[in-house]
Amino acid sequence: MANYLLRRVILGLAVLVVAMLLLFLLIYAVPGDPATIALGPRASEAQKAFFREQMGLDDPLPVQALTFLWNLMHGDFGTDILSQRPVADLVFAALPKTILLAVVGVLWAAVIGVPLGIWAAMRPNTWTDWVIGIISTSVVALPAFLTAIYALILFAVQLSWFPAIGAGEPGNYGDQAHHLVLPAFAIGVAWVGYIARLVRVAMLETLAQPHVRTYRSFGVSDLRIALRFVLPIAVVPVISVLGVGMGNLLSGAVLVEVVFSRPGLGSMAYDAVISRNFPVLLGSVVVTTALYVVANFIADAAIAYLDPRLAEKG
Amino acid sequence: MADSTVSPPVAVRAERFGVLRRLFGAPLGAIAAIVVMAFALAAIAAPWLAPYDPNAIAPVNRMQGPSGAHWLGTDQLGRDLLSRIIHGTRTALYVAFAGTGGALAVGMAMGMAAGLGGKVLDSVLVLFNDSIKALPLVLFALALVTIYGASMVTLISVIAVSMAPGYFRVVRNQVMVLNNADFIVAAQSMGASRLRLAVTHMLPNLIGPILVLIAMDIPAVIGIESGLSFLGQGIQPPQSSWGNMLAEGYTYVRQAPHIAVAAGLPIVVSTIAFTFLGEALRDALDPRSGGRS
Amino acid sequence: MNNLVREPILSLDDVSITYPGAPAPAVRGVTLDVAQGETLGLVGESGSGKSSLAAAIIGLLPDGSQIGGTVRFEGRDLAHMPARTLRALRGTEIATIAQDPFTALNPIMRIGRQLDEFQHWRGDLNRAERRARATDMLAQVGLSDPEVRMTQYPHQMSGGILQRIAIAAALLAEPKLLIADEPTTALDATTEAQILGIMADAKARVRGATVFITHDISVVERLCDRVAVLYAGELVESGTVAQVLEAPKHPYTQALLACDPARIGKPTRSLPTIPGTVPAPDNLPQGCVFAPRCPVAIECCETIRPKLESAGPGRRAACHLVNT
Repeated sequence: MANYLLRRVILGLAVLVVAMLLLFLLIYAVPGDPATIALGPRASEAQKAFFREQMGLDDPLPVQALTFLWNLMHGDFGTDILSQRPVADLVFAALPKTILLAVVGVLWAAVIGVPLGIWAAMRPNTWTDWVIGIISTSVVALPAFLTAIYALILFAVQLSWFPAIGAGEPGNYGDQAHHLVLPAFAIGVAWVGYIARLVRVAMLETLAQPHVRTYRSFGVSDLRIALRFVLPIAVVPVISVLGVGMGNLLSGAVLVEVVFSRPGLGSMAYDAVISRNFPVLLGSVVVTTALYVVANFIADAAIAYLDPRLAEKG
Repeated sequence: MADSTVSPPVAVRAERFGVLRRLFGAPLGAIAAIVVMAFALAAIAAPWLAPYDPNAIAPVNRMQGPSGAHWLGTDQLGRDLLSRIIHGTRTALYVAFAGTGGALAVGMAMGMAAGLGGKVLDSVLVLFNDSIKALPLVLFALALVTIYGASMVTLISVIAVSMAPGYFRVVRNQVMVLNNADFIVAAQSMGASRLRLAVTHMLPNLIGPILVLIAMDIPAVIGIESGLSFLGQGIQPPQSSWGNMLAEGYTYVRQAPHIAVAAGLPIVVSTIAFTFLGEALRDALDPRSGGRS
Repeated sequence: MNNLVREPILSLDDVSITYPGAPAPAVRGVTLDVAQGETLGLVGESGSGKSSLAAAIIGLLPDGSQIGGTVRFEGRDLAHMPARTLRALRGTEIATIAQDPFTALNPIMRIGRQLDEFQHWRGDLNRAERRARATDMLAQVGLSDPEVRMTQYPHQMSGGILQRIAIAAALLAEPKLLIADEPTTALDATTEAQILGIMADAKARVRGATVFITHDISVVERLCDRVAVLYAGELVESGTVAQVLEAPKHPYTQALLACDPARIGKPTRSLPTIPGTVPAPDNLPQGCVFAPRCPVAIECCETIRPKLESAGPGRRAACHLVNT
């Protein structure tokens, strides 16, 4: 188990390093003065000098790459061109808000999607299965920001049931929850379909395994078999897909934040791209990439916990 | 071994599913294919199909709701929304095909290299593709837009790189299967080149999975393009794009919500159509996949 | 010997089984009794319908399957009882041992939890008591360190140990009917011998009767009192093991015995086989199902299907040559 998790950590770090190197190369490959292009015309000479120093633009390429990595690994993403504050402070202040939105969005989707998938799998090739299948396939590719815009028009503008903008009054949790409903709904809709489909297939595959027949031959009810003995096996592939889906989830959250003018990474990045505030964008990308790696590690750890065979293979 | 009659009734289930597919699955796939073809037609024949010039400004008619003259209404400059949607189809499909095509090219090159280039190269490429998957697409795109500027080229390049890992995986696995296949080993021992063998034997096996992947990726690309255009960082005005129209509609969401609603419709319909087409394609290519998944 | 006076535990009458969507029944007209205290060996090749019969008895045929005739367990018709009532018999009065021990248990749950779950009908016991019973039973089927086994996962054990656990699980139900579906097929020869030994003990502890499904005549000889031979979904011969193995009446049984390596006295270069193949259920010959492969078939075998008729005390056979 420990061995397996250690290997996952190392792999995760390697993924992070390679992703950062890719970012570095893309910045380096820009024709012209990278500092001016990256920081835009509004940057001061001092900021450009800092950027050059951070990127080590006068050093040989490999040294530049290492310096770049070294700084990022230390949480040194440079300075916000507008506010002169360290980008790391801004990013880490915005991050929890985005994580909250993403987690609430995917959680409500799981609460609906998992039972739908189980229900469909227990009645394969019936009307129930067919209707659930059509609905989940229809919503699965809906862009979250579009759902957000439609939800905004219907529930905020037309019906005025929920607020259209912001995240609610600081300290007022009721108000914050009220503001969270529509954005979280928008993020989750596609995930309901996605999770229901994943669970259905994994359940069907597991239900066909011989041990299910053993339990039936001992008179255990089908529902109990499905929930207690099949679902824990079936969720394993679902969890690993959810880990990989973290990227999609964050991309969705970023756009939904802009739609509802909610503070968070998305709104911050949107403002940064308008003001050509590259360090803020770089910091957002690095932190969300790290978040993806962490989410996948958590998924791997959950899988190892659920499936003892995996952990032993290492 | 168990009596074949008692082992899981695969044949039985397949038979029942066949019936179901004949009843529902095929019509759904057919409807999806017709809708996709309608979008393709709209893209090709946009100038002839669109009732108005998509950029013809008519301030007198601004922000009108749907009517006989303007089926979907007009926007804040009095432009006909239906005409703009039809022209936007051209943009959407162009980006979708260029993006997935680019992803296919990049992924295929990496997949072939990984499968044929030995263990070390394979490990490096697998790691590289895992790293691409780790980059958050929208933020990554925004960062690149800041450096390279917002343009269709930037947009398509970001999509091609970000979506390449899917094609990489399919191609690499297929090459790996063939690497170990007896007939390949035999042909190799007779002096056939590995690359040539891989291409001639692999392509027929790859076409199916890749078509399915493309059909499944297109809705995602449409979502990314419209999302980034919505943020003003994708397709640049005055070129019609569903995302640009959404951005405009969003601005006037209180005065004229029909603009945003209309602009979203083609996105909803096209993503659903491509998804169902992909499902139908996969079922048709692999009847044993057990239908929807 | 005096089977006729004892009330049968299990009584099949003219049982036929049709799978959903199948053009023809896979099992046809099987009639046989299993008496109290008896062990019946159900013998046949793959596709003979022996596992279908077992599935029909415990009600685990795929949804939509048709069962014709009656399957009586202590007088109650299993084939036509509500699913819920039948389910209540499984794991209490009827217990089953599956064929492949490697896949028969849930791969991600500890043995203890699974043995606990198998006793789910025992609401009179608390969890600790059920676990104590399970641990005790593991020791009785010859497992060392039963407490350790309870905390292990299936993938940590060998096939022999897993099959002992499966036997223990079945015995925990204290069944009146034990059905073992080729319990040694997936095991190697040494382990098979051990498991057959355990099975011999196990069937002695069953309150009612045991049905042992196998393709291996030597297993029947070792464990069973009576034997029923199935061919292409039909019962061709039944009788006591002593009678049938010493003097088989049906040509198929004779051929089966001739092919058993254990009964071939002289060393041979190749094992004898029965020429031809088992006919498919939807492509049966008009007469006797075995006629196309039968070395002694006569003219009427091709056209008239022989009935299963008495062929001496306590035994029956379906063959024109026997009954005429």
